[in-house]
Amino acid sequence: MIEAAALSKRFGTVDAVRDVSFVARDGEITGLLGPNGAGKSTCLRMMYGVLAPGGGCARVDGLDVRGETSAARAHLGVLPHAAGLYGNLTARENIDYFGSLHGMARARLNLRTAELARALGMESFMGRRVKGFSQGQRIKVALARALVHDPGNLILDEPTNGLDVMATRGLRDILRTLKAEGRCILFSSHVMQEVAALCDRVVIIGHGRVLADGTPEAIREQSGAPSLEEAFLRVLGDTEGVG
Amino acid sequence: MAAFLTVFLKEFLENLRDRRTLLSALLFGPLFGPILFGAMVSRMLNQSVAESDEPLRLTVSGREHAPGLIRYLESQRVQLKFESLSEHAARDSVRAGTAQVILIVPEEYGSRFTAALPAPVLLVADSADSQTRKSADRARLLLAGYGSGIAQLRLQVRGVSPLLTLPLAVNDIDVATPTGRAVVVLGFVTYFILFAVLMGGLYLAIDSTAGERERGSLEALLSLPVARGSLVGGKILATCSYMCASLAICLTAFVIVFRFVPLERLGMSANLGAGTAMAFFAICLPFVPLGAALMTFVASFTRSYREAQTYLTSVLLVPTLPIAFASIYSLKTKSSLMFIPSLSQHLLMTSVLKAEPIAVFDVLASAGSSLVLALVLILVTARHWRRETMLG
Repeated sequence: MIEAAALSKRFGTVDAVRDVSFVARDGEITGLLGPNGAGKSTCLRMMYGVLAPGGGCARVDGLDVRGETSAARAHLGVLPHAAGLYGNLTARENIDYFGSLHGMARARLNLRTAELARALGMESFMGRRVKGFSQGQRIKVALARALVHDPGNLILDEPTNGLDVMATRGLRDILRTLKAEGRCILFSSHVMQEVAALCDRVVIIGHGRVLADGTPEAIREQSGAPSLEEAFLRVLGDTEGVG
Repeated sequence: MAAFLTVFLKEFLENLRDRRTLLSALLFGPLFGPILFGAMVSRMLNQSVAESDEPLRLTVSGREHAPGLIRYLESQRVQLKFESLSEHAARDSVRAGTAQVILIVPEEYGSRFTAALPAPVLLVADSADSQTRKSADRARLLLAGYGSGIAQLRLQVRGVSPLLTLPLAVNDIDVATPTGRAVVVLGFVTYFILFAVLMGGLYLAIDSTAGERERGSLEALLSLPVARGSLVGGKILATCSYMCASLAICLTAFVIVFRFVPLERLGMSANLGAGTAMAFFAICLPFVPLGAALMTFVASFTRSYREAQTYLTSVLLVPTLPIAFASIYSLKTKSSLMFIPSLSQHLLMTSVLKAEPIAVFDVLASAGSSLVLALVLILVTARHWRRETMLG
């Protein structure tokens, strides 16, 4: 479970995130939806602890990300916005590197890598250098890297950005499988269809604030819009007046 | 396994597979100096040997006016070539390079010589050309020799002791040992060695910082439960390992070059054998973490490979500054200078080359100051890595 409690962050004179609270539950996919520059990445970065919150706190399985950083991170897999790989290393070496840094023992790491290779369908290219990989293969390696320590929670920042249709579909299937395993998945996107296709819960963010929070149907009903897309636009439209 | 070692092994392996890093760290960087040095010394050697063996060539115009002088020059094994040139034509001919040095004996030479008045001769040469300048100097020396010989004869004829014209008897005593003289030439060997040390780690320092950022792998790395100090430490250690390899290759190459360059023929003896090379390695070792930390520190502030490359090429020049400063002010080895990294290594290596005794204090001061500065830089770099701005 991932919780944001009254998170805020200020860069200079700009309030990037203001009083953001929400909960992403285990066994659910939660989508953080908002236009570019709404504060999604800043929010997520505070939740995986590379940015210090200006106010409030983020918790992973009840562990404060700031106070108990290492413990919280052990429960958390992260696929940041830029999820670059090491081109001169093989897929296996890329995954192993992060596993070792998580402090995993060799034997457990080997088991886990084999398990991930099977689950993500990457057995055929585990021993190849990442340099010439397709987008689909790269996202699989990056995901395996984030999941190597078998975390109960996964944060993905705009994971489908720059992916083609095939790779996007592959990623969706993987996320559904992870959800079925009971993991808590939180991902950000500015693409409405993306969120509608995948999420159990949606948190809409605009101008650094939470504008709506609920199941896609609830949000649609609340705003009285015929479709989720229309609801999204209406919710955002309100902020023009607010902010 | 400690995170620090994991980072070290990964950086070591990854860069071992990178052609650019390998070429610059293990080939261009360490071999540049020895090859350049070998070529330079060989050329100097050929030149000086050729010069002293070759007879002086002199073009003479107006031989008929000074038969005595011509006989003298011929007796001194000067290769004379006789032509009839006006002063103007002689200037043109030297300028065009068809003749190196031209001696013109004017018509009035004979009459003035017989009258015991200063007899004029013209020596035409180009002093801007280092080759012909030496020939002109040799010609001038021969003419002066002839002149003083004649002067002594004239005095003797008049009953005066020629010794009256020699109030001083100057004897040059040159205390430069053969090795000492070699040090002038070997001065830049030490710089080449320090250069190779830095070149060995240059690309690794860039790749492990700016490269990590440019590739987009930095944020994932920073979100791991690993202390930033371990990340920085592992990266700097990997950089150090490549620098040590580069240093070892460079020193080996120098030992080989020194075996083949016959320095004794230049009147120098150089002792850069295996033993000296090992002493050099030990002297430079404390400079390795300092260089690695400095390059990693600078590269940590850059956003791209290209930007890092720009800044780090100026870092490559940093160790030259104290060395250049020392040679401009011709600083002697002093204990107080041993606290300046790169300069202290330069001075210690020079002392080893000159086979001078080395004070234990100097060695400790050199190593200690370099290591302390390295530690400070590592801590500062680790602190920078803990900042939010590291995300870029």
